[in-house]
Amino acid sequence: MEELQKQEQVHTRIWLEEPEPDNPFAARTAWCCGYDVFGGMLGQARWVEMLYLLFRGEAPSARQADILEALAVALANPGPRDSSVHAAMCGGIGGSTAAACLMAALAVGAGQLSGGREIFLAMEAWEHCSTELDVWRRWFVKPADAIGSIWPTPEHPPGFDPHGASTSMPVRQTLRCLTELSDGFRLSWLEKNRTELESMAGCPLALSGVAAAAMVDLDFSAEQGEMLYLLLRLPGAAAHALEQKQNSYAQFPFFRLELDNEPVGRSL
Amino acid sequence: MKGPTLLRQNADRLKTAMGGCFPGSHAVFRGHDLHADLKELDWIELYVFGITGRRFTAEQLRLLHAMWVYTSYPDARIWNNRVAALAGSARSTPTLGLSAALAVTEAKIYGGYPSVRAIDFFLRTRQRLEQGELLEEIVRTELQDQRIYGYGRPISSIDERLPWLLALTRELGFDQGRYLLLAQEVERILLTSNKILLMNYAGLMAALAADLGFSLKEFHLFRFPTTLAGMPPCYLENAERQEGTLFPLSCAHIRYEGPQKRAWPPCREYRE
Repeated sequence: MEELQKQEQVHTRIWLEEPEPDNPFAARTAWCCGYDVFGGMLGQARWVEMLYLLFRGEAPSARQADILEALAVALANPGPRDSSVHAAMCGGIGGSTAAACLMAALAVGAGQLSGGREIFLAMEAWEHCSTELDVWRRWFVKPADAIGSIWPTPEHPPGFDPHGASTSMPVRQTLRCLTELSDGFRLSWLEKNRTELESMAGCPLALSGVAAAAMVDLDFSAEQGEMLYLLLRLPGAAAHALEQKQNSYAQFPFFRLELDNEPVGRSL
Repeated sequence: MKGPTLLRQNADRLKTAMGGCFPGSHAVFRGHDLHADLKELDWIELYVFGITGRRFTAEQLRLLHAMWVYTSYPDARIWNNRVAALAGSARSTPTLGLSAALAVTEAKIYGGYPSVRAIDFFLRTRQRLEQGELLEEIVRTELQDQRIYGYGRPISSIDERLPWLLALTRELGFDQGRYLLLAQEVERILLTSNKILLMNYAGLMAALAADLGFSLKEFHLFRFPTTLAGMPPCYLENAERQEGTLFPLSCAHIRYEGPQKRAWPPCREYRE
């Protein structure tokens, strides 16, 4: 008798598939957290509702969906000055694959300066400090964790712009818009206490700081917020990479080299 | 200097001591002409020179080579290798598959994170010992706050790579390094309370790298391609077999543990 092989299984709370009668490897129906994706949601659900459902396991309220959609618009294109988009354009200008352009944007945009890790740390700060100014004050002066990590030691308070001179207008506009939409308490508290927090941080609030507050108000965990932030910033990186693919590399910045230690006595 | 002033000062130029390319003329690598001065270096020698700015002896380089060779497993079931293999099976490019597989290796329970945490523990512990603390006490307090990386292993606590790397370490005369001895002493202490906390490969590599003078950041960069050599075979074999036939998952392979079926749209309170 042929020995039965153990069937491996992927455990998931997100996705159920029922097979076509003639093929166990093809889905006839797909259910996301209980909802029929192609038979019920398609044509009915908004993209942001699907996103929220995937990450949180429950459909968002109309208000939550509106906040997430507004946040997605604000984050969709960090613009060509942003390091992650710059990285994607480096892929585009040289004709790298589409995935390489997005991987470049993800890798550079994953970090602690305007990146996914900054959102993670900022959301951790919200979870720790909530809306207590005194707790925030202590948190700002707390020395960075001395334990070594794959991540570098943070060099600025997450959610704030270490190179900023004042709170930029898009940051203020996004905070205003999201606060109006939100019934959560962090965004409104952030708007009310922004200048005091900026004074404690020693630098102005960044868009990542607004995004972190919005994600906490939307009940995302720090890990979910980090992942979602990475995802929501990709459209601009993709578009700018595609645009550069059409341009001559001669038009793309290469910058001046100032080498400190040119070798002496070079042969040949 | 800070803010826009700092950014303005750095705009439009690359000020560097690391090197540069002078097209049609030469290339500079950490102050050396790459072609004139460094052309005899083998690749790993150049790689660690790029990381540390230091040159290593032939014996040290042999040890560094071995660290990479002994953990290059072309097993497509291993999570990072599986990414390379799936890329082959799904007919992606080798570069994308291997790049993603290496990125995945910077993981929490294997690869990057334990390696970095292990060398960090050894470097910090050495400092604390030099300040007069006792090793048993250091281990005890570390364990109160967190686990000690570099010991224990998922799936099997015995690490088949260690005897080989330790044998080479002895052959090359590196077996009395102070960090290696420290790592072995920590293992002895851990084993008194938990028999499965044997030193693992990350721990041994970290200790040996510390003995070679690597900092945390240098070791992090050195260990990055450690598993690379096992990945191309995983990619290739699956790029050559019929597409999509690596680990095909049927609907029955997916075990759903979520909410019961329900109707969309959700109830009115959700939608309004």
